Amino acid sequence: MTLLTMIVKMSEGLGKTCAIFFLTLLFALPLGVIIALLRMNKNIIISAPIKFIVSVLRGTPLMLQLLAVTYGPYYLFDISVSRNKLIPVVIAFSINYAAYFSEIYRGGIESISTGQYEAATVLGYSKAQTFIRIILPQVIKTILPSITNEIVTLVKDTSIAFTVSYQEMFTIGKQIANSQTSFTPFIVAGVFYYVFNAIVGFVMGRIEKSMSYYKQ
Amino acid sequence: MNVLKMQNIQKSFGENHVLKDISLEVNKGEVVSVIGPSGGGKSTLLRCATLLETIDGGVLSYMGEDVTYLNEKGRLCYVKNLNKFRKIFGLVFQSFNLFPHYSVLKNITDAPIKVLKMNKDEAVERAMTLLKKMGLEGKEKMYPCELSGGMQQRVSIVRALAMNPEILFFDEPTSALDPELTGEVLKVIKQLADEKMTMVIVTHEMPFARAVSDRVVFMDGGVIVEQGRPEEVFGNTRTERTRKFLQNYQK
Ligand SMILES: Nc1ncnc2c1ncn2[C@@H]1O[C@H](COP(=O)(O)OP(=O)(O)OP(=O)(O)O)[C@@H](O)[C@H]1O
Ligand SMILES: [Mg+2]
Repeated sequence: MTLLTMIVKMSEGLGKTCAIFFLTLLFALPLGVIIALLRMNKNIIISAPIKFIVSVLRGTPLMLQLLAVTYGPYYLFDISVSRNKLIPVVIAFSINYAAYFSEIYRGGIESISTGQYEAATVLGYSKAQTFIRIILPQVIKTILPSITNEIVTLVKDTSIAFTVSYQEMFTIGKQIANSQTSFTPFIVAGVFYYVFNAIVGFVMGRIEKSMSYYKQ
Repeated sequence: MNVLKMQNIQKSFGENHVLKDISLEVNKGEVVSVIGPSGGGKSTLLRCATLLETIDGGVLSYMGEDVTYLNEKGRLCYVKNLNKFRKIFGLVFQSFNLFPHYSVLKNITDAPIKVLKMNKDEAVERAMTLLKKMGLEGKEKMYPCELSGGMQQRVSIVRALAMNPEILFFDEPTSALDPELTGEVLKVIKQLADEKMTMVIVTHEMPFARAVSDRVVFMDGGVIVEQGRPEEVFGNTRTERTRKFLQNYQK
């Protein structure tokens, strides 16, 4: 197999890699806000279980969680494993990343001075208005570098989908490597991830710059 | 009429009894300065009045309407619609607490538009008039981080005024400022006093308190030790505690 055919074959999996990437961000970014707010709830009956779940999600491998989401229903309830693996992959990734994002959000929310809440309260803003108009924009600016780190990791983590044989770029690369007994597909995969992350870095840099018009 | 009336206010933080039976009335157009040593409860008094802290006992009312009441079990409760009262007062913080992600103009117009549902053009027009009055013409597009402390504090005064409050509270509005910047802020507060804006000002600037106030309140250890016209409190001090405090200040 020529290098070019390898690249073409692996590129066909890039769409699925992107699907994992974008769908995970789409679900995990907002879900993380909800988890962070529940985690910070004053009622310990709400915050304690959330704290535990987040610690499990962060303290066990994503690969394991992916296997659990994909095959768990089969072993537990005898539900057949769905043929479209994208669903379990996105569920597992979204939950896992939401847990990481929630901790970043929590740090960001806690870094905002109480004076901001007090100023908003005295001006008559409701709790929701205060959070959405005053707190959240400042939180986003503060946490953007940490979010970028997570997104860079997510790009690389999409390769974990090979454990459930979801035909994304890395899974295809691994299959080619096995059938051709060649290391080249891994190098190709490495280049793909590197370029992907270069784009991520560029985009995130632009977003960070767009928020640099003020200092906290 | 009383704009603010505090009757026998009690407030504790755990074991720490911070406000012990404070009664204070502020009439329309009156300027009251609150002075006293650190830890005396001045900020707590303002925070209770502005609903940032809840009181443990007493009655708080604005414009003759009670904010707190005793329920059938004799427990102190706050009325449901607190936002109605929040429209009556404004608070200027020691640390400004401007919204850093909003321009000067948006800092001033956002609450009138979003909270009071004021029409945007009207809010902007009012903001521009107030900015001009406070010597901040041309600064509307700037962000708080681009302004000096003195300007930031003046913007925060404009932000409070834009809500058209009946009464304005200040908690040490110049304490976070470099000495050379306090003058410009005191000047605009003086200007408001001359326009008969009702104000309660916690301050350590004694000459200013003397010049601007109709009444000076000396607070220490959670009680009002002495109050009266500035020339009485400063010139003809009645209590030993107040005299000691003022003497320490002159050194
Ligand atoms: N949120 C709080 N929790 C616990 N204790 C508090 C709190 N706020 C104030 N206190 C205590 O209440 C007392 C009065 O504090 P307060 O800030 O009202 O004094 P102050 O007169 O404003 O002093 P300063 O001139 O230093 O500003 C102090 O003993 C302080 O430690
Ligand atoms: Mg204070």
